[in-house]
Amino acid sequence: MHLLTGDLGFGVLKPYWEQLPAQFTNVGIAEQNMTGIAAGMALSGKVVFTYSIGNFSTLRCLEQIRNDCAYHDADVKIVCVGGGFVYGALGMSHHATEDLAIMRALPSVTVLAPADLMEAEAATWAMYKQPGTCYLRLGRGGERRIHDKLTDFRIGKAIKIKEGKSVAIFSTGAIVDEVLESVTLLKDKNIDPAVFTFPTVKPIDEDMIRNCSKEYERIVTVEEHNIIGGFGSAISEVLAEIPTCEKAIQIRIGLNDTYSCIVGSQKYLRNEYGMSAARIATRIVDCY
Amino acid sequence: MNSQELAWRIRRHGVEMTHLSKGSHIGAILSVADIVGVLYADILRIDPSSPKKEDRDRFILSKGHAGAAIYAALAERGFFPVQELATHYANGSRLSGHVSHKGVPGVDFSTGSLGHGLSVGVGMALSAKLDRKSYRIYVVIGDGECDEGAVWEASMFAHHHKLDKLTVIVDYNKMQSLTFCEDTLSLNPLDKKFEAFGYNVLNVDGHNHLELKDAFHTPFDNGNPTLILAHTIKGKGVSFMENNILWHYRTPQGDEYEAAVKELEDNSYEGYIC
Repeated sequence: MHLLTGDLGFGVLKPYWEQLPAQFTNVGIAEQNMTGIAAGMALSGKVVFTYSIGNFSTLRCLEQIRNDCAYHDADVKIVCVGGGFVYGALGMSHHATEDLAIMRALPSVTVLAPADLMEAEAATWAMYKQPGTCYLRLGRGGERRIHDKLTDFRIGKAIKIKEGKSVAIFSTGAIVDEVLESVTLLKDKNIDPAVFTFPTVKPIDEDMIRNCSKEYERIVTVEEHNIIGGFGSAISEVLAEIPTCEKAIQIRIGLNDTYSCIVGSQKYLRNEYGMSAARIATRIVDCY
Repeated sequence: MNSQELAWRIRRHGVEMTHLSKGSHIGAILSVADIVGVLYADILRIDPSSPKKEDRDRFILSKGHAGAAIYAALAERGFFPVQELATHYANGSRLSGHVSHKGVPGVDFSTGSLGHGLSVGVGMALSAKLDRKSYRIYVVIGDGECDEGAVWEASMFAHHHKLDKLTVIVDYNKMQSLTFCEDTLSLNPLDKKFEAFGYNVLNVDGHNHLELKDAFHTPFDNGNPTLILAHTIKGKGVSFMENNILWHYRTPQGDEYEAAVKELEDNSYEGYIC
């Protein structure tokens, strides 16, 4: 196993760097080169992780991921820290809000977006063991803990974290924090949604979607990402092929096909762009 | 088969393949034919009966549009039947215009978009160094390809990490897709640029097999990667294609095909000096 960074990870990568210096390379600020090198090392028998923030490990080197990694079934595990609005105040360049859609569109790439540290740890191990090119979208670290324990984490499987009726809320990644807070707000309105996390965006858990489509009237998808092409779209693709009479209605919540043009904290931007707990609760109330 | 014969066969196959397929890039195939011929006849430690052998030398043609030259070399070296070359570009074929590894024994890496191959070769060289392997990594890049920034990112890295098992060969024919390199984005002085990036740079006539072999065998003990600047002629071996940008894309058909075949047949490898 080898870890490549594009000169980012100040602080967080230091323990790894110190303990396993022979399995760590800082390639410099050169993400295309980093991803090509990762492919070359993977094709020489290693499992190689690439690390950077925001869009740098994905969009900046997209063609290297497509041609050099995915087409060659290379064991390259791409890690982005800062999915969504984590780097809110740094501006639009640092907002990763199309990565899920773009990575999901690449054949044979597994896409993971864990909700908390428990999911992140389980997803990292699963990704290490999963052959081929994978993408791991992390938040900022220090997210609210959702799971007490995770005993049966499997790539491609969603996790029900709260029972409920008539409404199911699906989310991927750290935005589940807002979802759970919205559930508290909805109690006053006598709405009691079930909540599911989807640590895997691709392959999406089709069985879970089909089952929920029968069991609930509304499926609300929440993602810290553009509503086009990402997690909500992955759910839509499955729902679209279910016969109308059995189908729950989907409500997509996410960034409404725009670039963020103001700055602020992650919490502030989530609210501004319609995916805070209050805004999620309002959308759900309004659909009744 | 010696390198002269292999290079001649690469040219002959190249003309035939681009004729049958009505395909492009014969100029690039003829340009790189001697480099590929020398590598596959004399330099690369590879085994057709075991194409994935762990300790084989690695080869990447980063200028993937000359892929027909690699397919021809591999077929002639026995990696797959020579007859299959006729399927190049054809419906359902595994021999795509730009070189692909999918289902093709002997191809280490697929390319086609320029500026990718060197980084991958650098990754292979880093891995080999970390694992104390003795195999070498050879990457052929184009001169026009040096417009791509990733070539220079990879070069900086190769020098910094002392990847001395890496040999880069530049097919320096001075032409690119639309016109001459110097009229597009000046590369001169290309050897000095690569020297500044830390390579051991060797200038050779890229059609002279002795010079190429000498360069491949030149030892260096400073730990730096090696770069062979192979001065070539686009379209080399078919006089009306030489230094003519038309033949980057034009396919040999009709009288032009006949004339190309005749010229190659009249000047077979036995007539070459080296």
